[in-house]
Amino acid sequence: MAKSFTPKVVTANALLEGDAVWLTEANTWTRDIREAELMTDEAHADLRLLEAQARADEIAGAYLADATSGASGPEPTHFRETFRTRGPSNYAHGKQAELS
Amino acid sequence: MYTYTDFDEAFVRSRVAQFRGQVERRIDGSLTEDEFKPLRLMNGLYLQLHAYMLRVAVPYGTLNPAQMRQLAYIADRWDKGYGHFTTRQNIQYNWPKLQDVPDMLDALADVGMHAIQTSGNTIRNVTADHFAGAAADEIEDPRPVAELLRQWSTDHPEFQFLPRKFKIAVTGAAHDRAVTKAHDIGLRMMRNDAGEPGFEVIVGGGLGRTPMVGKVLRSFLPKAELLPYCEAIVSVYNLLGRRDNKYKARIKITVHENGLEKIQELVEARFDTIRAGFSGHDQELLAQIEAAFAPPSFARKATDGYEAARLANPAFRSWTDTNLAQHKADGYAIVSISIKKHGATPGDATSDQMRVMADLAEQYGHGELRISHEQNVILPHVHKSDLAKVYAALRQADLATANIGLASDIIACPGMDYCALATARSIPIAQEIATRFDELKIEHEIGQLKIKISGCINACGHHHVGHIGILGLDRAGVENYQITLGGDGTETTTIGERAGPGFSAEEIVPAIERLVTGYLGLRRDADETFLQTYRRLGMEPFKAILYPSEEKANAA
Repeated sequence: MAKSFTPKVVTANALLEGDAVWLTEANTWTRDIREAELMTDEAHADLRLLEAQARADEIAGAYLADATSGASGPEPTHFRETFRTRGPSNYAHGKQAELS
Repeated sequence: MYTYTDFDEAFVRSRVAQFRGQVERRIDGSLTEDEFKPLRLMNGLYLQLHAYMLRVAVPYGTLNPAQMRQLAYIADRWDKGYGHFTTRQNIQYNWPKLQDVPDMLDALADVGMHAIQTSGNTIRNVTADHFAGAAADEIEDPRPVAELLRQWSTDHPEFQFLPRKFKIAVTGAAHDRAVTKAHDIGLRMMRNDAGEPGFEVIVGGGLGRTPMVGKVLRSFLPKAELLPYCEAIVSVYNLLGRRDNKYKARIKITVHENGLEKIQELVEARFDTIRAGFSGHDQELLAQIEAAFAPPSFARKATDGYEAARLANPAFRSWTDTNLAQHKADGYAIVSISIKKHGATPGDATSDQMRVMADLAEQYGHGELRISHEQNVILPHVHKSDLAKVYAALRQADLATANIGLASDIIACPGMDYCALATARSIPIAQEIATRFDELKIEHEIGQLKIKISGCINACGHHHVGHIGILGLDRAGVENYQITLGGDGTETTTIGERAGPGFSAEEIVPAIERLVTGYLGLRRDADETFLQTYRRLGMEPFKAILYPSEEKANAA
């Protein structure tokens, strides 16, 4: 039996800054995962990933990451993806400082 | 110290210009990431979890004050005011922006530095004993040979596309501080019966997912034959090494699969073919390099003030007890500056701290600094009469932690706080362990103990050769930490043994505390180190300490 599809977001690293970005429904890149497009259909997700990967002069390394629907938008389900929304734990650098 | 020739300077500048063009073409979209990635990796630029990371080579761990100041300047100008010293004697910047990297590389070239071959499937930065040129137990300074290897391996046309990365370490002393048995090639300087200098050549060591202790390929190689012999090894590996599976591509696997004897035959045959091509130019070059590494003119003066200061100041005395090593010159000491303040990130130094260390090297250290694979900074030549002044300045800069070789002098890779390959975090575990031992005030009582932490099986944190090794893994979406015991990275290199099931992030620090306080009850006397006790008693008593509930369950 095929593994059931779990909801996904398209994520990548911004080309210049190298930090985590997520793809929105409006085809823009956001630095806040809560604004990302949460996709529940596998074929649609694959298509969106292809579209994202074509945008070579904006991002690098696009992939589909597991996410879940939270109170104010998509939330990561794996700790690695959670860290990408925040930054490192040893200094207040990265998104935890930039977004607050 | 070696300084760049016009040739070196022109080469590094042309590489920066080339990379500047590549970055421009990446930004305007004419290069895709797949096309750009091998180009950026050749210049030390990684894309990590939160940003790019630039890895700068510190050849054989040696820096002069101007270079250290420039590293500080780069940290301030293009990064977040600090740098991370690594287990391969390099420095990493965690926050560069892509468009700034060519300028950073130009700034490095201004002081004779670069990031070439700090990544990719090439011969990487050649590392050396961080006490090179200063250690009392040294046959010869290994750095001239390391510099010769650097020049030979940099942009070597045959070795730009090896099956996998290739790491060489050199030591000039009997006591191995360069982990030579865990390198693709390890070179241990020795003398033959006639008293001539040469090398024991070790091949196929490495950590990572398949840890192996290096094997002796040649028990004595005359010094003059080093370059053709190393070329023969890499040449054989280049053809024989597997390219079908990156996890089986390192030379340790090539040696393991083909057997040491076959590798020996092939290397000796290749050596015979190519040695005539080395018609002595390499030896002329080596002689010039050796002249550049001539030892400083050591001062001869009294050390009375040093003893008096030791008696007067217990904190200074404690620091001298842990952070000094024996120097070959009378009246001198090797100073290890701990970049492991309790609770801080192992290996991270601020730009201000870098400038203080540069100033101290200039004022009191004959203009030399070293980076150790244990992520500390060394002032290799300090006269004992200056130690109290050095200590006072270090204290001002928050650099006077007296813990070299102790439980809180932990090696930790960047782990999942930065690294895209990591499976768990390393830094917070190191911070918590160091903080805990500081609270308990028992690390001096514990004595020599090497704790090493890696955030994935690639083992950048050398956990396999830690007396206590910690490996961070992802177990069903949760960080989990495995403990290995009995590892050793010196001339008696041993791969640590796994103790049992892993611990959660909350359990790992108490487990380490249990292990270490338990050792205090197991050791024969205060002189028996953790590693010696482990070797005497084996895994069982330590396992009983780590997993007390299981012991009870078994007994019931």
